[in-house]
Amino acid sequence: MSPRILLESRDLVRRFGGIVATDHVTFSLPEGARHALIGPNGAGKTTFINLLSGVLTPTSGEIFLDGANVTNWSARKRAHAGLARTFQINQLFADLTPIETLMLTIAERENAGAAWWRPVGARTDFVDEAVALLAQLGISDIAHHRVGELAYGKQRLLEIAVALAQKPKVLLLDEPAAGVPEHEREQILDVVAALPKDVALILIEHDMHLVFRFAKSISVLVNGGLFVEGTPEQIANDPRVRQVYLGEEEVNV
Amino acid sequence: MSAITPSTEAIRARAVLLGRSRWGVAEIIFWVLAFACYWLFPTKLSLLSEIAILGLVALSVDLVLGYAGIVTLGQGAFFGIGAYAAGLAAKHGMGTSLWSDPVIGLFIGGGVAAVIGFATSFLVLRGSDMTRLMVTLGVALIVDEVVNQMKWLTGGSDGLQGVLPSAVLGIWEFDLFGRVAFVYSMVVLFVLFVIARALVKSPFGLSLQAIKGNMLRTRAIGMPVNARLVAVYTVAAFYAGVAGALAAQTTQFASPDYVAFHRSADAMLMLVFGGAGHLYGGLLGSIIFRTMQDVLGNITPQYWQFWLGVTLVALVLFVRGGILGLLGNMLAAWRRKGGAS
Ligand SMILES: Nc1ncnc2c1ncn2[C@@H]1O[C@H](COP(=O)(O)OP(=O)(O)OP(=O)(O)O)[C@@H](O)[C@H]1O
Ligand SMILES: [Mg+2]
Repeated sequence: MSPRILLESRDLVRRFGGIVATDHVTFSLPEGARHALIGPNGAGKTTFINLLSGVLTPTSGEIFLDGANVTNWSARKRAHAGLARTFQINQLFADLTPIETLMLTIAERENAGAAWWRPVGARTDFVDEAVALLAQLGISDIAHHRVGELAYGKQRLLEIAVALAQKPKVLLLDEPAAGVPEHEREQILDVVAALPKDVALILIEHDMHLVFRFAKSISVLVNGGLFVEGTPEQIANDPRVRQVYLGEEEVNV
Repeated sequence: MSAITPSTEAIRARAVLLGRSRWGVAEIIFWVLAFACYWLFPTKLSLLSEIAILGLVALSVDLVLGYAGIVTLGQGAFFGIGAYAAGLAAKHGMGTSLWSDPVIGLFIGGGVAAVIGFATSFLVLRGSDMTRLMVTLGVALIVDEVVNQMKWLTGGSDGLQGVLPSAVLGIWEFDLFGRVAFVYSMVVLFVLFVIARALVKSPFGLSLQAIKGNMLRTRAIGMPVNARLVAVYTVAAFYAGVAGALAAQTTQFASPDYVAFHRSADAMLMLVFGGAGHLYGGLLGSIIFRTMQDVLGNITPQYWQFWLGVTLVALVLFVRGGILGLLGNMLAAWRRKGGAS
């Protein structure tokens, strides 16, 4: 029996004026996937994630989430259906604290975000969960600091914490470790490695060491189109990939 | 996880989060002083009622602008709608029937404003700050014109005469010295403040701040952003409507001035003055605004707006967060000095 497909795109196209940022991408992501999406700058990786998560609407094509056609669903509805993502450029609440950010996310997940009669913190189960998440990401020390004043690396970790707080079935990570200091990169990878096995993961990443350590399958995106797909070995040994994407660079597996 | 005893961090986090909704000493002093004005300034009770009413409008703007980040120049329209709705109810109740009961009048004024707020809230869901400003301003202008044109109902430019609310709760008749009007206005303000306070410190209030902070992320975590904005806009319209009802009842009058554009601008000005997003900002702003108007108006009748303008420009340019921001900075500086020595 083949594994359940959690996320799928069929013939997905997105144009920006004359640019074809996503070019007829047909792609599927099974349960438990550890999939890396690589490609040169401007290849359309972020655009693809934006289409999948409902930030952008496709010019044509369809998207399926756990069997349901979600092409016309809002980002909000997709989130409730089990899709979470992080952003390449931090999208956080500068005036809130990390604990508040997670409280908020957990409350929305549990459809308790509109409660106006009890204070934030009254749901101790939410507090405990938020605290545990911060500990998991190693950022307990800044739980009550203003997010806008946090170091960049801490903000990156919070980005991931928010996505994890959604308890997703499918998680899309857009360069989670970009710009993060070396010791915190390891931390991010450890967190990713420790995610529940059945969660389907897409990781966008430029650092090939991270990619080959993480991925069980890889897609290469070039000029908006899927160029090659395969196992890390196949990708590493594919001369076209070397030429088009990696140029002169050595690939180490 | 719940079976395990909570970690020290969890206990601390609970304390920190719940601590935000506990009443502070400064808050209690503020309200004690506010009510004590009854004895402190017995000759100024009408002015003080007016300040309480303006404060309620500023509070309403704070919910929409200070918390949810929706700029609005239309809150004055809801104030006027509330004033006319409650005024008409009192007028046609003739001081005897249930319609002229002031408390019921508040619900009529607030309710009609809330219905119109709800209907127009869908117009502010989309677009930039500029579109929102224009849309809210446009709605306010329409309301203004409708009130002026519907002479048969509103009395047109003569205003609504013969607004005769009956005694509050059937006990306290409005008196010439404005004693009942003051206590009544203050109690209404306080009750609505307590509700607003609970609201902004709840998960709902936190979600409004999140929307103001980053709408892209709020949608990504599955928040129904539009529903939240409609809700807060409607609640704020109710608040402004109640303020209008209070104004009509305590002055026993409603005129086109109650729906005029300057009401909206003043309310926003008071909020920015006091500090948006703090609840107390609007209240403080209304006290300062109306006091300045009164004091400066006595000294330099023509120029009080000039000094008001100067103060506003100075506050906005040099202090982030209005008077409350200024107080906060001073407190922080004082604490730093205390810690260093
Ligand atoms: N909102 C937009 N409007 C117009 N063009 C856009 C928009 N977003 C992306 N593009 C264009 O689409 C193409 C793909 O961009 P995208 O950000 O998806 O690339 P990427 O693979 O994520 O690149 P990077 O590795 O630098 O993050 C680029 O040519 C970009 O300029
Ligand atoms: Mg990108």
